[in-house]
Amino acid sequence: MTVTTLSAAPPLPTATEKFRFYALWIAMAIVLVVLPQIFGSGASLTTFSLIGISAIFALSYNILLGQTGMLSFGHAVYYGLGGFMVIHAINIIGANKLSIPLPVVPLIGGLTGLLFAALLGWVSTQRSGTAFAMISLGVAELIASSALILRSFFGGEAGISANRTKLFRVFGWTFGPQIQIYYLVAAWTLIAVIAMYALTRTPLGRMCNAVRDNPERVQFVGYNPHVIRYLAFCFSGFFAGIAGALAAINFEIANSAYLGAVQSGTVLFAAYIGGIGFFIGPIVGAIVVTILSLGLSDLTQVWQLYFGLIFIAVVLFAPGGITGLLMMHRPLLRAGNLFKLLPSYLAALVATAAMIAGLILAIETIVHYTVNPGDDSHIKAFGVGFDAASPYIWATAAVLMIGGYLAARRTWTWVGHAWDNATHEAREKGIAA
Amino acid sequence: MSAAIELRGVEKSFGDVAIIRNINLTVAQGERHALIGPNGAGKSTTFNLISGYMAPSSGSVLLRGEVISGLPPYQINRRGLSRSFQVTNVFANLSVWENLRCAVLWATGQRYSFWKNIDNLPEVRSRTAMILEDINLTARRDVPAGLLTYAEQRALEIGITIAGGAGIILLDEPSAGMSVAEAARAVALIRKVSEGRTLIMIEHDMGVVFDLADRISVLVYGQIIASDIPAQIKQDRSVQTAYLGTAA
Repeated sequence: MTVTTLSAAPPLPTATEKFRFYALWIAMAIVLVVLPQIFGSGASLTTFSLIGISAIFALSYNILLGQTGMLSFGHAVYYGLGGFMVIHAINIIGANKLSIPLPVVPLIGGLTGLLFAALLGWVSTQRSGTAFAMISLGVAELIASSALILRSFFGGEAGISANRTKLFRVFGWTFGPQIQIYYLVAAWTLIAVIAMYALTRTPLGRMCNAVRDNPERVQFVGYNPHVIRYLAFCFSGFFAGIAGALAAINFEIANSAYLGAVQSGTVLFAAYIGGIGFFIGPIVGAIVVTILSLGLSDLTQVWQLYFGLIFIAVVLFAPGGITGLLMMHRPLLRAGNLFKLLPSYLAALVATAAMIAGLILAIETIVHYTVNPGDDSHIKAFGVGFDAASPYIWATAAVLMIGGYLAARRTWTWVGHAWDNATHEAREKGIAA
Repeated sequence: MSAAIELRGVEKSFGDVAIIRNINLTVAQGERHALIGPNGAGKSTTFNLISGYMAPSSGSVLLRGEVISGLPPYQINRRGLSRSFQVTNVFANLSVWENLRCAVLWATGQRYSFWKNIDNLPEVRSRTAMILEDINLTARRDVPAGLLTYAEQRALEIGITIAGGAGIILLDEPSAGMSVAEAARAVALIRKVSEGRTLIMIEHDMGVVFDLADRISVLVYGQIIASDIPAQIKQDRSVQTAYLGTAA
């Protein structure tokens, strides 16, 4: 090949870029190792473990939605079956004193997810879009309802449990304390994240993106889009199974909730809120959603309602998710004029916060009158006590909502103008496209 | 040597409506063949039947002597036939580079591999770079295909079509909607990329047709009314009446 021809190709990564790339992964590993030294409480270790599990699950979901363009409403099937199989595996291994240590057990969950994805996926991946979404929903309902009927395997309402400490031990680790579970989850999270990232950079990974964009054209460059979707589905099922296995190990129990529609909805929520267009999006989403679901439930009775409102807000105003919002600012950061947005952002955020405060007051007041009308009207939400019966509170809610809305509408247009000016500047410096 | 493409008694109807009525057509290896005809004559449908986008109601399509009608498009493509689309049909969110690379992968034997680093495949890289140069989009390499200008998208469309190195190329109105200068560049590009290959092209611009084609077939109401060298087509009576309009 001539030199002129290859000059058209994108430059190969330099040694510095390669070093930076690997340094990033090593830094991530170091962070995972030292994190418990900084936040060592049982509650934070549990939170970190749940975030890790949720991150693997959300990334596996994004192999479907973000990478291949398949909207699934039943991804919890592969997560849940992985979890159930692992609980059974732990019981069998423990009872027969097999020399299989706990750290390799998540692989059983992964293979279970892979097996069921391979069995159930061939038909559903014939088409993407509505047909795929509907089939995924049907399969999920089928499996979730059989979980309540097939008691011998799924244990009915109560589920099945296992004792994770009874397995063959390596280095004297019992996996009783949460810190050991944290390290188990952290190690698997790192492995799974690296594997799923690597997958995006293979011929199959790129053809997944092509199928997402235009399955018709894929057929005319020699590929069968059905096979690509099927393989993506199998990979996705494998990693979902690993996540489910880690969850089952963490809780030492698997029940029908693992397979249910709520679990499938939560993973969609996490992936979308984080941003399905970016590899790290679902990780960001997993962190946010896990912290929100643990935190919000202490602060308000109707936390699921707020979850829903957040989801609607992201779909409407930030379809790129949190990661998309952050990445939008990158050209401005590089052009060095991001600070010019700050005044308008500050004004818009104050107005929006006022509107949200009014909305929360109104919601909590309505909840008081509809859900617990007999209770004392002095209620507490988000740590703030107020009298839901007081007309002053109603008036404040109305003023904040209406005033906040009007102010927000005005101030967000300022942000828009500031944005346009800043982007224009960046473009003149040759940075933004 | 068998013909590159042969259509034997090909018919296609949707319900009661016959779109293609008994087409017989032979395109020799290495020939540049133009398919012309008024709107709605069935030119794009003919392409769809050859490329496997749809199967004929009856009759058969042969590629180098083997029957391909009824096969799915990806199998026909793997046998060395590639087509472009009249309405630009690219991977809109992928960069120009990624678009071309996806079109190169199968031909370089990558199949569905998930164990290879895509940036570490020298043959894929050099072939993609070569196509990128051929279609003159080097400066736009990292731009998402959806953000290209119309003429650039048409060039990319041709690039994706030829990237796999297919021996038989079907181009559906490659110069449609272009300015005179853009069309001239497109013709130069087509001439360059069709070197040593068989080309079948649907085209409305008669300048382009008579400039490029070795042979021309005229399709009217789902039937080929003439198939000959350009000089003969110009003089053909039935073509003049049906297509070019009767001389005043």
